[in-house]
Amino acid sequence: MYEILSKFAQTWGLGFFVLMFAVAVAYALWPSNKEKFQAAAHWPLDEGEPGDE
Amino acid sequence: MGAHAWIFLILTIVGLLATALWAGSLGGRNPFDQTVYEDTIVKFGVTASMFWGIAGFLVGVIIALQLAFPNIMYFEQLGWTNFGRLRPLHTSAVIFAFGGNVLLATSFYVVQRTCRTRLAGGLWPWFVFWGYNLFIVIAGTGYLMGVTQSKEYAEPEWYADLWLTIVWVAYLLVFLGTIWKRKEPHIYVANWFYLSFIVTIAMLHIVNNLTLPVTLTGSKSYQLFGGVQDALTQWWYGHNAVGFFLTTGFLAIMYYFIPKRVQRPVYSYRLSIVHFWSLIFIYIWAGPHHLHYTALPQWAQTLGMTFSVMLWMPSWGGMINGVMTLSGAWDRLRTDPVVRMMVVALAFYGMSTFEGPLMSVRAVNALSHYTEWGIAHVHSGSMGWVGFISFGALYCSTQWLWKRPALYSLRLVEWHFWLATIGILFYIVALYFAGILEGLMWRAYNEYGFLEYSFIETVEAKHISYVIRAVGGSLYLTGALIMAYNLVRTALGHGAAAEGTRPVEAPAAATLQPAE
Repeated sequence: MYEILSKFAQTWGLGFFVLMFAVAVAYALWPSNKEKFQAAAHWPLDEGEPGDE
Repeated sequence: MGAHAWIFLILTIVGLLATALWAGSLGGRNPFDQTVYEDTIVKFGVTASMFWGIAGFLVGVIIALQLAFPNIMYFEQLGWTNFGRLRPLHTSAVIFAFGGNVLLATSFYVVQRTCRTRLAGGLWPWFVFWGYNLFIVIAGTGYLMGVTQSKEYAEPEWYADLWLTIVWVAYLLVFLGTIWKRKEPHIYVANWFYLSFIVTIAMLHIVNNLTLPVTLTGSKSYQLFGGVQDALTQWWYGHNAVGFFLTTGFLAIMYYFIPKRVQRPVYSYRLSIVHFWSLIFIYIWAGPHHLHYTALPQWAQTLGMTFSVMLWMPSWGGMINGVMTLSGAWDRLRTDPVVRMMVVALAFYGMSTFEGPLMSVRAVNALSHYTEWGIAHVHSGSMGWVGFISFGALYCSTQWLWKRPALYSLRLVEWHFWLATIGILFYIVALYFAGILEGLMWRAYNEYGFLEYSFIETVEAKHISYVIRAVGGSLYLTGALIMAYNLVRTALGHGAAAEGTRPVEAPAAATLQPAE
């Protein structure tokens, strides 16, 4: 059982995590997200009021 | 246990009475007015942080003196003042009471403003605040009475753990509920950091505290895991408490309070996302580096070491992102000691996240582990990084919450900054010296192949370092007392915090770019 589990974790598990991380990095670098992120970088500067868009 | 049952009972009655009285005094007013932020609870959190910080630093100074002067500071008749009882009181007070209240307060402050909505859950945030602080009291008084399950940073016994689980789930729901109500589709990066802190701590706390109480009316319980499984679970918990309590939670503070204080956008928002996910993916594996040269299989030790070394990259990426947020506002380092405090916090973050991977390497660990080097390392991280970023957040949020144009006195912040910085340097330099000294003494052999030094000789050699460490800790405590005085006067609106004073931030605000 230990052998099976560790084999699975060291191959498929590793591959799965690498893939998920690649998705996260792609999301961060995706060109069409650029504008959204630039706006978000400014959010702390203004407190706003509840309900502000 | 009996004393704790009474505390629970009395506080439940007091809590219910207070809620009833409060509800009766409302007279038709809406206490959950959705057009304003819930700031009262943040004010309570800031006050509690200040209180617990000073209590925790004070206990730290006391136990430092106990180590330096064991003959004077040992009280045979008072068992609860023993080092073994006070030491977990210190660690829990600074990490969970001080750090925890800072995280509660700032997370409630930040999530409302970055989601542009009032805190969700009506009275539940108050349950979280009082419930968490009740947990602190139960845990702390338990240590003094000798109630402990002897797991580092997880000392509280089963009934306190169950209570914290309830409080923590409520915290998670309040936080998620607030994010659910947000006005923008995107979730600001600081909220991701806070959320990972809340979710991961829930998971770590539950798994590491899987115990079976001996009786339902007694405090003693036994772990479900035994031997090396227990050790691995404990350090999986212990190191991720560092990673997700003392790191991601306080990085959330960095990603909100630094941009806001210097009025500059986050240097690279993309980097902040990569920073977040790489910490999440890597940190969780680093725990086994606490178990080098033990019964833990060597591949697991190597895994822990490798991931610890990999952690260096995201840590420094995050540090650079925080420091570079000052781009275009570098003068604030000179003019605003609060900003300087937060940037020095990042410098200590960088230092200890470089040192950590180094210490996780087996060969280095062979020298550093079990010595004062470890104590120096955690204190450069906790006093330097967690302490300073928290002080920065407390200065900022006190000024903003009580709507003051400035702090009562920036000169006093300067005093705090320099006393604390010199205090940390005294502390860590003394203990690096002591740690390497004792590590080398432990492994020294004489010409006949016997150990050169007896244990007591290594203890005697550390005496002077212990004295210097106590001096450093006292300076740090003095700085915190000055901060408390400054914050109280700021909240009361004295000095530069008085109405109508010209805001200090005015020149920077003039160059502000539009947010949208």
